[in-house]
Amino acid sequence: MDKPYVLSMKGIEKEYYGNKVLKGVDLYIAPGEIHALMGENGAGKSTLMNILFGMPVIHNTGGFKGVIEVNGEQVNIDSPQKAMELGIGMVHQEFMLIPGFTVTENIKVGREITTPTIASSIFGKKLEALDKRSMAADARTALDTIGLDISEDTMVRGLPVGYMQFIEIAREIDKSGMQILIFDEPTAVLTESEADRLLDAMRTIAAKGIAIIFITHRIDEVMNVTDSMTVLRDGTLVERLITKDTTAARIAELMIGRKVEKLVEDTVDNRTLDDNDIILSLRDYYVDMPGEKVHGIDLDVRRGEILGIGGLAGQGKVGIPNGILGLYEAAGEIVFDGEKINPNKLGDALNKGIAFVSEDRRGVGLLLEETIEQNIVFSAMQVKEDFLHKFGPLKIFDAKAAKAFADDMIQKLDIRCTGSSQYVGRLSGGNQQKVCLARALALAPKLLIVSEPTRGIDIGAKKLVLELLVKLNRETGLTIIVVSSELNELRSLSDRIAIVSDGKLTAMLAPDASDAKYGLAMSGSKAGGEE
Amino acid sequence: MKNKKLLSNVGSILFENKVLILFAVLCIFCISYSEVNVSYVSGELFTRLGRNACLVLSLIIPVLAGLGLNFGIVVGAIASQIAIFWVVHWGFTGITGFMLTALIATPLAIIFGILVGILYNKTKGSEMITGLVLGYFADGLYKLFVLYIIGGVIPFDDPNLLPRGFGLKNAFDLTGSLKYSLDDISLLEVVTVAAVIFVIAQIAIIIYKSVKKQALGLTKRIVGIVIAAVLGGVSFAVTSVVTTLETAIANGTGVPAIVNKLAPVCYKLDNLYGQTRLLLSDAIFLFGVVAAIVFAVKLVQALISKKSFTRPLAGMIAMVLIIVLAMIPAVNAVTASVRIPACTYAMIFVFCAINNWLLSTKLGQDMRTVGQNRAVATSAGINVNRTRIIAVCVSTVLAAWGQLIFLQNLGTFNTIQQQTNVGLYSIAALLVGGASVQKANNKQAVIGVILFHTLFVVAPLAATKLVGDSAISEYIRMFLSYGVIAAALAMHAWKKVKKKFGNDKKAEVK
Repeated sequence: MDKPYVLSMKGIEKEYYGNKVLKGVDLYIAPGEIHALMGENGAGKSTLMNILFGMPVIHNTGGFKGVIEVNGEQVNIDSPQKAMELGIGMVHQEFMLIPGFTVTENIKVGREITTPTIASSIFGKKLEALDKRSMAADARTALDTIGLDISEDTMVRGLPVGYMQFIEIAREIDKSGMQILIFDEPTAVLTESEADRLLDAMRTIAAKGIAIIFITHRIDEVMNVTDSMTVLRDGTLVERLITKDTTAARIAELMIGRKVEKLVEDTVDNRTLDDNDIILSLRDYYVDMPGEKVHGIDLDVRRGEILGIGGLAGQGKVGIPNGILGLYEAAGEIVFDGEKINPNKLGDALNKGIAFVSEDRRGVGLLLEETIEQNIVFSAMQVKEDFLHKFGPLKIFDAKAAKAFADDMIQKLDIRCTGSSQYVGRLSGGNQQKVCLARALALAPKLLIVSEPTRGIDIGAKKLVLELLVKLNRETGLTIIVVSSELNELRSLSDRIAIVSDGKLTAMLAPDASDAKYGLAMSGSKAGGEE
Repeated sequence: MKNKKLLSNVGSILFENKVLILFAVLCIFCISYSEVNVSYVSGELFTRLGRNACLVLSLIIPVLAGLGLNFGIVVGAIASQIAIFWVVHWGFTGITGFMLTALIATPLAIIFGILVGILYNKTKGSEMITGLVLGYFADGLYKLFVLYIIGGVIPFDDPNLLPRGFGLKNAFDLTGSLKYSLDDISLLEVVTVAAVIFVIAQIAIIIYKSVKKQALGLTKRIVGIVIAAVLGGVSFAVTSVVTTLETAIANGTGVPAIVNKLAPVCYKLDNLYGQTRLLLSDAIFLFGVVAAIVFAVKLVQALISKKSFTRPLAGMIAMVLIIVLAMIPAVNAVTASVRIPACTYAMIFVFCAINNWLLSTKLGQDMRTVGQNRAVATSAGINVNRTRIIAVCVSTVLAAWGQLIFLQNLGTFNTIQQQTNVGLYSIAALLVGGASVQKANNKQAVIGVILFHTLFVVAPLAATKLVGDSAISEYIRMFLSYGVIAAALAMHAWKKVKKKFGNDKKAEVK
């Protein structure tokens, strides 16, 4: 090594319950360097940073393998406190700020300046009085360093989101001996001008000799501000790059690139898709789903196609179906098969023939303590009043019809179980997903929306679920929208793939478009904007 | 435009304080409907204020530490009652007995507080329901203790208290032992003792700081010492002159000339402030004058350092107004008919001071941080569980002292179930004052006690008048306490929903 690195992580490996998420990753950063850590969701970025920050989640799950060196000395980081003592700081993606505190109190949280008193000399340091004046002075210095011009006495509650990010940074640089600062997707919630200011602040901080690890998926920003980067994919180190020697397209390719394995066997396809036969159209569509906000999307779905919706986690792709179904507040025009849908009326979409299989299978998708039969017929019973005998105002459950239907579905979808009276909670993930699908099908929908169909399912079952979706589409002509974080999956079954970034549609791509195109579209890069 | 803004400001202030306003209106309505004598109500009220305020003040720290309303203060009350049994059994009386009880109750309360705190840490997020159930559980254990274990297992030989050899008798009379042990200390004695303590503390601080080589702030401290010395000297002189004269008259001996000269003034002062119970009108006058002087000093300080002087000025004007208002004959007729125990009321100030002081320390800041956001606190290196346990301990100890103050004023209590409703009544009072599960302060506690206990006194009277049956009053009180808690919590929830909606609107505009 010719350069003295402030931080070296060598051969880092980490397992969660037998599932290897990091497979020997190296990371080297020199003082004053801005270093990007790039990768898709699940590439292992967060795990690597959790290890560096000594988060309890790492040590509660059996620790990790590998060596961490700070300034050339091997260190054992077993708690966030230890990390802080070594001069490692983190600016969190979700703000770790207290709204009811002033800016000063937030910057100094846990590190208040105190003066000893008589009580403290008897009962211990905890009873020392706060030295508010020195605290305010320190806060002012930190704020001035990053060029934030607000009073240090202001309450954080009510400040614009952009300011909060800066207060977080001020808190980190106020810590003495700060050597390495981790920025976890800092620009995700900022407007463009705020993001520019943030990048400026990062340069200022780096100029002081503090090394910065910049976690982001925005390739434009990486090109703009960083010196070097490490690209991860599926828990392995792809390459360490020097920014000025590379291009955006190359980074995108490295992030996405993988050999495309066929997840779905080719089937006979005698569908004819008509660009003018639109079953669902969204215009200026907004959804307020926490963490998955949608900011104005126009989208048309053709009758009979399988449309994939992809994008990184937290960019809004999951918000799209949840808004249509009325699970979160939504606005905009939704026209389904010639009829308008009111997204803020729960059940409107269901009644008009849209079925939804939620990404949160165990939370909102299934009644775990109920039988397969109950789960399959439940929605149809509620929405369409199927499986009910009607005696005037009384409605009585038609057990016979329900059982017949459930048995039929079990056979058709090949649900592996001991019978229709087995409890859903006992089934494997793949079979649970099939029960969800069976329930959606019980509604006899015109459009099926499946969100994250293969989350938490093993490879074999994954294939079965995806093949089932294709089969449904080919045989019954059912229109299907698949929302998934797994690009590979989308590319193997969809006719078209819409990529969502930052709550907006950035590209509509064919399944065989290049990796670089996908990478750029997912990172929201303007270069990937065209279709 | 300006008018509109002012209007919306007034509107939002009214909305912020809607709980307070609702109960104030309810109080006024009940008073006027029941046509009760105002002197009677204020007499009752001021007795209850002195009794209950300290208990309610013990709830504030846990609220700020994010533990919600601590129904677990029942265990503090239990600690206090257990201490009382032994102190009475040993035969200690008066202020000695009071201090000894507090001394025994404190470690008990700390142990109980740690246990409660550990339990709360295991049930994060549902401390209130845990506290409520825990209160019932502790109540049951305590009953077992009182009815069987004391005398039955733990030797306790006192035929007066345990007629059967085990199990305390139902009504526990404190007459002649702890009754009025605190109430009977006159204001002059309080001032004398407080001045001595203050002077000693200041001298200790000066020595401590000069040893530690910190900034002394000497002028400020010396001014403080001088003022305290003068006040203490005067109050001591007044009491000693009066006692000397009285002994002289009783013994028929002569007195020094100087005592004779001072006698008229001293008698006057002693008559005003030396009684065991202070006339409310005198107390208001004294409080107003002292507070006005304090505000005046602050005003001068603000003017010198050119800071905003609106607050001290407003405070001064308010104090002058209070003094003037108290002189209106109609008001004076009421205040001159009520007597309050000086030392017990002084304890309210002490409790407020304890809360404030604690919050100004590093520990207090940790508590507030933990209360606002546990994740942030953890990542800032604060030991969340420990901080929460300390907060519960402080609350339990304050509650134990509060219950002791309560009982010495009451004079006799029901051995078995005096503590049962301590949590309920205190929490209801705090909520009426405008506090919520996340926010509470001393002011809200005191105002809450005033409003809640006014209701407590007049609502049954109003109900009796309405229905014409006096048996209803007990039901009304139970209904009132639970109703108040439910109403205040519901109204607070209303506030929060409204806020969220507002934010959404803003987001849309963006």
